[in-house]
Amino acid sequence: MLNSGMSLPEAGRYLGRSLAQSLRLMVGQPDYGAYLRHMAATHPDQAPMSEIAFFREREQARYGGGKGRCC
Amino acid sequence: MQSIRRHLVWLVIAIVGAFALGTVALSRGEAISALWIVVAALCVYLIAYRYYSLFIADKVLGLDAKRKTPAHRHNDGLDYVPTDKNVLFGHHFAAIAGAGPLVGPVLAAQMGYLPGLLWILAGVVFAGAVQDFIVLFISTRRDGRSLGDLIKQEMGIVPGMIALFGTFMIMIIILAVLALIVVKALAESPWGTFTVGATIPVALFMGVYLRYLRPGRIGEVSVIGFVLLMLAIFGGQAVSQHPDWAALFTFDGKALTWMLIGYGFIAATLPVWLLLAPRDYLSTFLKIGTILALAVGIVFVAPTLQMPAVTQFAQGNGPVWSGSLFPFLFITIACGAVSGFHALISSGTTPKMIDNERHMRFIGYGGMLAESFVAVMALVAASCIEPGIYFAMNSPAALVGNTPATVAQTISSWGFVVTPEMLIQTAKDVGETTILGRTGGAPTLAVGMAHILHQALGGPGMMAFWYHFAILFEALFILTAVDAGTRAGRFMLQDLLGSFVPALGRTDSLPANLFATGLTVAAWGYFLYQGVVDPLGGINTLWPLFGISNQMLAAVALMLGTVVLFRMKRERYAWVALVPTVWLLACTLTAGWLKIFSSDPKVGFLSHAAKYADGLAQGVLIAPAKTPEAMSRIVFNDRLDAALCALFIFVVLSVLVYSVKACLAARRVNRPTVHETPYEAFEPVRS
Repeated sequence: MLNSGMSLPEAGRYLGRSLAQSLRLMVGQPDYGAYLRHMAATHPDQAPMSEIAFFREREQARYGGGKGRCC
Repeated sequence: MQSIRRHLVWLVIAIVGAFALGTVALSRGEAISALWIVVAALCVYLIAYRYYSLFIADKVLGLDAKRKTPAHRHNDGLDYVPTDKNVLFGHHFAAIAGAGPLVGPVLAAQMGYLPGLLWILAGVVFAGAVQDFIVLFISTRRDGRSLGDLIKQEMGIVPGMIALFGTFMIMIIILAVLALIVVKALAESPWGTFTVGATIPVALFMGVYLRYLRPGRIGEVSVIGFVLLMLAIFGGQAVSQHPDWAALFTFDGKALTWMLIGYGFIAATLPVWLLLAPRDYLSTFLKIGTILALAVGIVFVAPTLQMPAVTQFAQGNGPVWSGSLFPFLFITIACGAVSGFHALISSGTTPKMIDNERHMRFIGYGGMLAESFVAVMALVAASCIEPGIYFAMNSPAALVGNTPATVAQTISSWGFVVTPEMLIQTAKDVGETTILGRTGGAPTLAVGMAHILHQALGGPGMMAFWYHFAILFEALFILTAVDAGTRAGRFMLQDLLGSFVPALGRTDSLPANLFATGLTVAAWGYFLYQGVVDPLGGINTLWPLFGISNQMLAAVALMLGTVVLFRMKRERYAWVALVPTVWLLACTLTAGWLKIFSSDPKVGFLSHAAKYADGLAQGVLIAPAKTPEAMSRIVFNDRLDAALCALFIFVVLSVLVYSVKACLAARRVNRPTVHETPYEAFEPVRS
């Protein structure tokens, strides 16, 4: 979250990161870093997907499942 | 004292908004700046968001910041991911914004800008944003289930199945009408056809690049794709100026229809990474970028509205679409005011990523306000071009003729003065041979956008570029929708067929896939072809069918909202969902009834069919049909459209019956009967 305690460069980095994440999420690609953190925190026994495998898995999930698009 | 001061700034916003709206509504005769519309809309959105959405969040739905959301409960880093609310807002907005809010307001401008504006604002505040918000809430409280599942769960299996079937039919109509818009924009336009055609090899290149050369580099490949698209626009200009090449890329509507049908079939069977995904990247980013550019352009250029606030066509009998203001305005502007399709998005990926329940207000209600603003901009774009040119582009040849001289004469006789030279010059300005009869909304919007954007960037020499940029931007995401929609239709159909013939339901079997894809393409292709050969332009027939079905889906979603409020024992607040439901039912059922039974052949399908059937029986040809076969085809298609309308009415009425039953049952019990996922507390990690 953007908050008043942030310095200007911090706020800039936050905005840039949010914009990049938002653009990727618009086309169905969630944050890979968050996925890695999730895997490390809850499934340390399993090897997480590589970044490319993650990308392809999400691509297939978004477009292969036959989900409709808005008018 | 403290509490009064808190509301003071909102009082100022309310006064500014009321003044702007008053200026827009009361200007008679003198042309006003589009900025008044923008200011009025923004003030309405701010007030509605600050007060009404807060009321819904606190009192009606009771959003609870300490209740665990599905994103936390099922966090898998993939589908279920707690997501920053601003990031998720972008995702949600990109998913709901499509061609709908751009086309409807353009068509509605024939009544003047005021009726459309008032409906967009009132509709979004009390119906559209409420629907998106409530469905998002219902789905989030139920692990992110889909609309069909939610209806099954809260109302029963039968209404769930009926709603699913209705959704499939709506999708077929949407695909047909979207494809028709592309056909209308590209017919006899070598520049447009070349540019849009070039998006296919560009997307294929991007697909291969992302798969094998630089996997996952979406940003990089999108920039490359964007540059190639801009080159394609200039390439299209060169093609259109070269006699041999121009001839090669000039097609009539029928040829384009067959190409689109072939394209739809092939695109929906290719692997998704090759064509669908890369083109979706391009169309999504181009869409967001163009919407922002248009917003900046309107504020910067502050165009003057040329269209009167209210035209004589508000009485009905307009050339662009037939019928009176009530109910037809309210189904013509669907998306932008209220759109049933959003219920599918709000119960799709977004609820699985909500970090905190309190965010739903911003994402659900706020997201729809942003979409509504897109519709307002489309209305501005259509209203800032000369009304004479607007009507020349949007009136079918059967009504106004097909030469600049006859068109100018007819339209001037309606009071919208236009000369043949103006029509020819406008076509020349945008790099086309003609702008007559370019129905469907997209070309008009493109002229309006070019009119605004060339004043901001490039000057008169860039008018043609901006026009084709706008056509490309619309065609690009319509083609993505055609591709994705055909796939979605195929899956729905396989689901449906699989319950009768299990072999056809196997999504891993190629013959079964091809069969279901073929059936889906044939279904929308049939309506598309019918629209293209329709002498009244097709939009006249298909857009009302789309509008009625889309608004009916919204009514179904709001009925679900009402049922859930009753089951939560919050029926004293049920009016929040009930009032828009009643309004939508009144509009769609009246419109549906009139489309079937109106004695005016311009409005009613059956009376139109009867007119041609009588002609056939007496052996006379009725223009614009040229053969008895054409006449009997018109009769058949009219009856088919009437049957489709009746089917939609049946769907919505049966869901209504089940909703009333569910509400009455919930009232008889003295405790909540909702099927929410049990409460689980959690500490929100952030502010």
